[in-house]
Amino acid sequence: MQYTVTENRALTAQVFRLTLMGDTRTFTHPGQFAQVQVPGFYLRRPLSVYDWQPAEAGSMTLVYKVLGEGTRALAGIPKGAVLDVLPGLGNGFQPELAQAAKAKAPLLIGGGIGTPPLYGLCKALLRDGQTPAVVLGFGTAEEVILQDDFAALGVPVYVTTLDGSAGRKGFVTDAAETLAGSFDYVYTCGPEPMLKAVYGLCQRHDVDGQFSFEERMACGFGACMGCSCHTKYGSKRICKDGPVLLKEEIIW
Amino acid sequence: MVDTRVTLSGIELSNPVIPASGTFGFGQEFRDYYDINILGTFSFKGTTGEERFGNDTPRIAECTAGMLNAVGLQNPGVEHVITHELPQLATFFHKPVMANVNGFSIEEYVRVAAMLDAQPAVGWLEVNISCPNVHGGGMAFGTSAENAAAVTRAVKAATHKPVYVKLSPNVTDIVSIAKACEDAGADGLSLINTLLGMRISLRTQKPILANTMGGFSGPAIFPIALRMVYQVARAVKVPVIGMGGVTTAEDVLEMMLAGATAVQVGAANLVNPLACKEIIEALPQAMEKYGIQTLTDIFGGAWK
Repeated sequence: MQYTVTENRALTAQVFRLTLMGDTRTFTHPGQFAQVQVPGFYLRRPLSVYDWQPAEAGSMTLVYKVLGEGTRALAGIPKGAVLDVLPGLGNGFQPELAQAAKAKAPLLIGGGIGTPPLYGLCKALLRDGQTPAVVLGFGTAEEVILQDDFAALGVPVYVTTLDGSAGRKGFVTDAAETLAGSFDYVYTCGPEPMLKAVYGLCQRHDVDGQFSFEERMACGFGACMGCSCHTKYGSKRICKDGPVLLKEEIIW
Repeated sequence: MVDTRVTLSGIELSNPVIPASGTFGFGQEFRDYYDINILGTFSFKGTTGEERFGNDTPRIAECTAGMLNAVGLQNPGVEHVITHELPQLATFFHKPVMANVNGFSIEEYVRVAAMLDAQPAVGWLEVNISCPNVHGGGMAFGTSAENAAAVTRAVKAATHKPVYVKLSPNVTDIVSIAKACEDAGADGLSLINTLLGMRISLRTQKPILANTMGGFSGPAIFPIALRMVYQVARAVKVPVIGMGGVTTAEDVLEMMLAGATAVQVGAANLVNPLACKEIIEALPQAMEKYGIQTLTDIFGGAWK
């Protein structure tokens, strides 16, 4: 499907915000992703969705990091250009699941380029009457993204950086540990070592949660079996059955 | 109105376009994008005797005009295919399907073939002796004429359905293997499977794929596939299903001019879920453009 670029601007040296106009009705959940065809590259790039307005003439905002030649080329796409995109892929975060729906004060933990999907989620949780808090972790102050966006939603935002150049020095789990007792559910997206540390945090404090994973993929819609992983409920495709797995099903 | 019909071993297809095994699952994922009954048929996910998870990830790497995969025949096993996938498929696909048969021994090929032979929804068996991503099976059977003939003979004895043997391009002389399969009773041949390739990450300085090597597919391999289809189709009497990098209706016509009776589309489905629909819709126009009234008329047209 065709989408028109209305915004493609840098948030940091490497992270860009891309807004596309077009049919966004296939989105149902925050944490779903979009597969973007970058002209000149064979496979699509799976990018995380920051927010969207569902409509036939709707819009979606993706936030992506330049990691290789494909995303570098994407960063050079001007406003007005048309891109071929498959939107609304994957399961996304599911706040409606029994355990999650019971939560009153969920903690959203994002690491680096894993933070964008938590924004749409945070809005959804606020709509549901929950009172989320957010912990965002980055390498350095120069890499911090979306802190103001979350703050504008009126939720507490705790930033950590590895070098201490912004917020608290250390990992997201260091900050989350100090909040233990104040949250009753966890949603998280970020690099796998971080997810594993967050899993440990959940174990220590007996809190349930949903974890969004990343994997190299080809199709993004469940056909190629390129991104399979083992779970306690059998093999799952990160692109179709994920990217969000429930804490109870994860095998590290 | 142009005529896009072709016939594979007595079964008529409304058009020659067939999604290739391993790029179309059991059809389910494509239903959200279009009515898959417009397809000639499709070849379902390569099925083994037992459930397989396949290789570790990463299983995918990008290349110029193509991709590598090292999935490693992940599938739910033949029993689950028969009890779950085929009944499910029957609710939304109403044409004979091509069953992709795999094994790690001749006995396994025979067992899977015999079980799928009993399924009314199965029109043809496509025997994959060319998977490059598994050890001890797959391509091990497809790289020797004797082994390829032995699998063909054994599967033929276990089924009444037409048997298409899917050949590996990773051989010195594909024609000799094709002929060995024909002599052993194959009703047709499918070619080519993926080409063995690899990529190395400059960042880690290690292979990108956990399996080190994987199968190369996509438009980059089209000229190689076309050449092999041309060579094999001229040398055998049985029908050949041509595949390898097919992306457009024009590619379909080229394959048929090279001697393909029908054409499979693989990697293109993974990049664009509508690829086969778009090819089928573009085919009549492409035929008209080149003055082709009846598709079967161009079969092997490039030989003369």
